[in-house]
Amino acid sequence: MALMTVYVDGERHRALPGQTVAALLLATGRRSWRTTRLGGRPRGVFCGVGVCYDCLLVVNGLPDVRACLRELRDGDRVETLRGARLPAGTETVRPVRDTGEKDGVDEADEADEVA
Amino acid sequence: MSGPSLIPSPLVVVVGAGPAGSRAALSAARCGARVVLVDSSERVGGRYGRRPAAVTDGEVTSVTHPLEVAVAVQHRIEHLAGATVWALEPGPAPGRHLVHLQQGPADDRGRPVRTLTADALVLCTGAFDRTLPFPGWELPGVVTAGAAQALAEGQRTAVGARAVVSGTGPFLLPVALSLLDVGAHVLGVYEAGNPARWLRSPAAALRDGGPGRLAELGSYAAGLARGRVPYRTRHAVVAAHGRDRVEAVTVARLDAGWHPVPGSEQRLAPVDAVCVGYGFTPQLELPLAAGCAVRDGHVVIDGRQATTVPGVYAAGELTGIAGAPAAAAEGELAGLSAVADLAERQWVAAAGGTAPGAGLTPPPPARLAAVAARVRSGQRFGQALARAHPVPGGWRGWLREDTLVCRCEEVSYGELRDAVVARGADGMRALKLACRAGLGACQGRVCGRNTAELAAAFLGAPVADPHAMDRRPLAHPVRLGDLAGPPDGAGDVTSDPPVSPDTR
Repeated sequence: MALMTVYVDGERHRALPGQTVAALLLATGRRSWRTTRLGGRPRGVFCGVGVCYDCLLVVNGLPDVRACLRELRDGDRVETLRGARLPAGTETVRPVRDTGEKDGVDEADEADEVA
Repeated sequence: MSGPSLIPSPLVVVVGAGPAGSRAALSAARCGARVVLVDSSERVGGRYGRRPAAVTDGEVTSVTHPLEVAVAVQHRIEHLAGATVWALEPGPAPGRHLVHLQQGPADDRGRPVRTLTADALVLCTGAFDRTLPFPGWELPGVVTAGAAQALAEGQRTAVGARAVVSGTGPFLLPVALSLLDVGAHVLGVYEAGNPARWLRSPAAALRDGGPGRLAELGSYAAGLARGRVPYRTRHAVVAAHGRDRVEAVTVARLDAGWHPVPGSEQRLAPVDAVCVGYGFTPQLELPLAAGCAVRDGHVVIDGRQATTVPGVYAAGELTGIAGAPAAAAEGELAGLSAVADLAERQWVAAAGGTAPGAGLTPPPPARLAAVAARVRSGQRFGQALARAHPVPGGWRGWLREDTLVCRCEEVSYGELRDAVVARGADGMRALKLACRAGLGACQGRVCGRNTAELAAAFLGAPVADPHAMDRRPLAHPVRLGDLAGPPDGAGDVTSDPPVSPDTR
């Protein structure tokens, strides 16, 4: 086994076999790598064991990967996640809390749930 | 497979490869069963048994967990690493279950979907840290105690340079030591409870925990002393401060009900990591999906680890929190009980001409009794532990109007209160609809228990459906594209002889 090369937001890093994405990001000094969908607040690792879904980011173009569980592979490209992103990677959804849309969203969702 | 019979021996599926699951797999396999051991991580041993890759003189090596060796050399065990069970269904006959899983890099696209038919199912999915909310707990740098320990022990990475540990229970001590071990400065361990309670029944602690337990606790205390880490009881971190990451904390002295003592607040800074653990929450989704009864947040089992559902066994932290040795004993008993029941079932089935398996050597009763005695001792220890570290409701007084209760959907304490008091949400499901608490990506794993307690306090009575959030028909998110792919069950490990129509 040998050291691997991976990229974090385009920046080249070395990684160890068995190293998780979260461990690498912490080792590079990062504490957050996602912003929340509603408030636009920074989040990083929280539970560390795959249950809280706070540490989501993008790996090789695929969003919503848990950084605490995902082990790095040689050549992996990791990107931080702003807001929410659709799997196609086409568009980023901006935080909605301060745009006044939240109530409308809530009511629409509630109607769906009840129906 | 070994044995003279052409009929394959029955298949025991064990979910979770921590101390309980590994032991269950080993004991069932040694009695002749075929075993598939499913675990989401790459290595056997569970969260705290992780050993990292290490770099020595430019060469990467790794240290192996003893259970990993034992499982690796047992030819009847197939270990599915990096595999998650995302759903359970009743199988083609009573006592059998269909286990749907996916294997591959975590959350990757296109992980093959696979289905096993289990003749017996042993659930050892463990538990995760419970955290209580407090102002600022959503700031990066605030992590669970388990996260800090897993990163320190499994990844040799410190979550921060200047850490505080806060919560309740003896498990905080090894967390602090693991932080010291990776070079972090630990400013203090704040135990909200009063562990002097242990001293009220030292005889019981000695009998059930064993002298080894006391020696273990003693070694933790010595380690903290060596690291000059202050250990304060009846204290807790009640607020974290910072802009985009934690920079400082407020520590307060607590009364017996965990209400902060006015005027006792102290600010600690700089702090870049806060590691919090208020006990553990069992991962109940698979037991609930199987239909197992749950009481007080734990899976109900009999004296042989059998759940209320035939063919389903539970071991380890699902049944109570008592540490790794107790979990290992429960796992061993569960594996043995599964084989003993299958051997009996095989007789009955053989009389009808549809023998599902062969080649089992059921454990002698004396061995079952000996393991069961160890299990009972461990369970008494767990009960003593739970009594010594209750979580009284004073923590609700740490919250402010804008403190997040649900991290995923960013629901504040004030919004939750309005949903209950002003909008009449009187249960967990109603709360989801009224204020979105528990509706996010973690499916209520982090906020479920806290939300239930907060709602109960507003209502003046327990909610009717406290485990509504624990029912997760999809135990883990699955990418839709993966489900749309062709089923890949044909060539799987399964004990299915062709199922005759009358067994359905």
